[in-house]
Amino acid sequence: MSLNDSRSNGKRSAPREASAAPTITVTDSALIPSVGEKSLLSAWNISFFGAIAILILLPVLRPKPFVEILAFVPDGLVATFSVTIESIFFALILGLLAGLGRIARTKVINRIATIYVEVIRGIPLLVQLFYIYYALGPLLHLRGTASAVAAMSICYGAYLGEIFRAGIQAIPKGQMEAALALGMSRTTALWRIVLPQTVKVILPPIGNEAIALLKDSSLVSILAVSDLLRRGREYASTTFYYLESFTIVALIYLVMTLFFSRLVGIMEAHLRYHGRKHH
Amino acid sequence: MDESIIRIKDARKSFGHVHALRGVSLEVAKGEVVLVIGPSGSGKSTLLRSINRLEHLSSGEIWVENDSVTSPHADIRRIREEVGMVFQSFNLFPHLTVLDNISLAPVIVRRDSGAEAKTRARALLERVGLSDKAASYPDELSGGQQQRVAIARALAMQPKIMLFDEPTSALDPEMIKEVLDVMLDLAKEGMTMLVVSHEMGFARAAADRVVFMDEGLVVESGPPGELFAAPKEERTQRFLEHIL
Repeated sequence: MSLNDSRSNGKRSAPREASAAPTITVTDSALIPSVGEKSLLSAWNISFFGAIAILILLPVLRPKPFVEILAFVPDGLVATFSVTIESIFFALILGLLAGLGRIARTKVINRIATIYVEVIRGIPLLVQLFYIYYALGPLLHLRGTASAVAAMSICYGAYLGEIFRAGIQAIPKGQMEAALALGMSRTTALWRIVLPQTVKVILPPIGNEAIALLKDSSLVSILAVSDLLRRGREYASTTFYYLESFTIVALIYLVMTLFFSRLVGIMEAHLRYHGRKHH
Repeated sequence: MDESIIRIKDARKSFGHVHALRGVSLEVAKGEVVLVIGPSGSGKSTLLRSINRLEHLSSGEIWVENDSVTSPHADIRRIREEVGMVFQSFNLFPHLTVLDNISLAPVIVRRDSGAEAKTRARALLERVGLSDKAASYPDELSGGQQQRVAIARALAMQPKIMLFDEPTSALDPEMIKEVLDVMLDLAKEGMTMLVVSHEMGFARAAADRVVFMDEGLVVESGPPGELFAAPKEERTQRFLEHIL
């Protein structure tokens, strides 16, 4: 996905080489819709409001299982959100460390960060969840939620690390050089000059990863975490309303991800216009 | 020559198989204004960037005042405080206002108080004729204005030497003069300046010496009047024919 592409037409005076908006490319989960698309029948509008309409219509038309499902299932939202938010928090810390490690000039640090990224990205998230929950959990005395959060953070930290790295490298080299020439240390220049500019570039892809994480959090239902999906399964397995339960679960996930992806889209557009003003 | 504020001895630098510098020696006296000219790829920018160690020499030595820049034990940050640099592409910090661009380094590098740094930043802005732009962001300025801010930003560290790496090459013709005027003022005030540029007008008006480089070597140098009127080397003649 290309960030800062030409979606905005109202860009200010043509920027010179030095201040041109940096562009970075990040793979997968490009869900962010174009805010510019105003049509009432946009794919986003149809999906989002369609899903909400169905969520309202189903219990009205067939109260028998649906009212009960809607009363039972949303309890899992708390677990889904707490796993998502905690995982993002720790993944951001790990990601920043990994990203800095990936650009570090010290060979050892660089190598460790690169190995972390390569290894974690090479193992499926579900396998990592099993590994931490079943293999390491008993050794480390981790509860279900804690091992779920640990696995999700470690996994997403690797992906976020690549976003941080790409974001830092998207800032023109001249910025670091100018800061060094003024007598700043490399670390100071990184924190005061490079990273503040990076934020604008990486917030949209980080938002994207957060949405992907929200979806992937459904994997923790396999562990003993009562998230949205697990609540749906629990209801279905006692009542045998499989189609109905999972329809509701799917619709709730859809509404959430569409809502947050629109939010990220708005943030992206906002950053493009006002991002440089940090005060 | 203990008057020399910059001493470069047999500077060599290669990037892989490319030899950017093949043994350059040069001394710059305090208060001297030296213009470095030469075709692209002649090593002039590499030479300039070696003085504050944005490039590491492959061999050779450079001293600024009495401090070795090239020594592995050099306190390079302290030396850089003394050596201001102006870049071709300005490299202003786009997330900071013009005033903050100028006052940031004095505050975080030299630990000046914020108020003091801002007062001096305003004075510098007045000096480069941009008092009204203090609250603007770099991308709201023209190229010429950005470069003048960049000069003010370098001056805010109160350097003893100023390096200019093709300061007007990225500018539209009508903006070149406003930048050169600031540089001329600086030269008149006695600043030691090493300038990579092909601005012959500036050379005639302000340079004490012009150094012609080609293929990583100094071919010849001399006062601008002499070098431009009667270059000794054929390579210098050929080059000057193109730019005069």
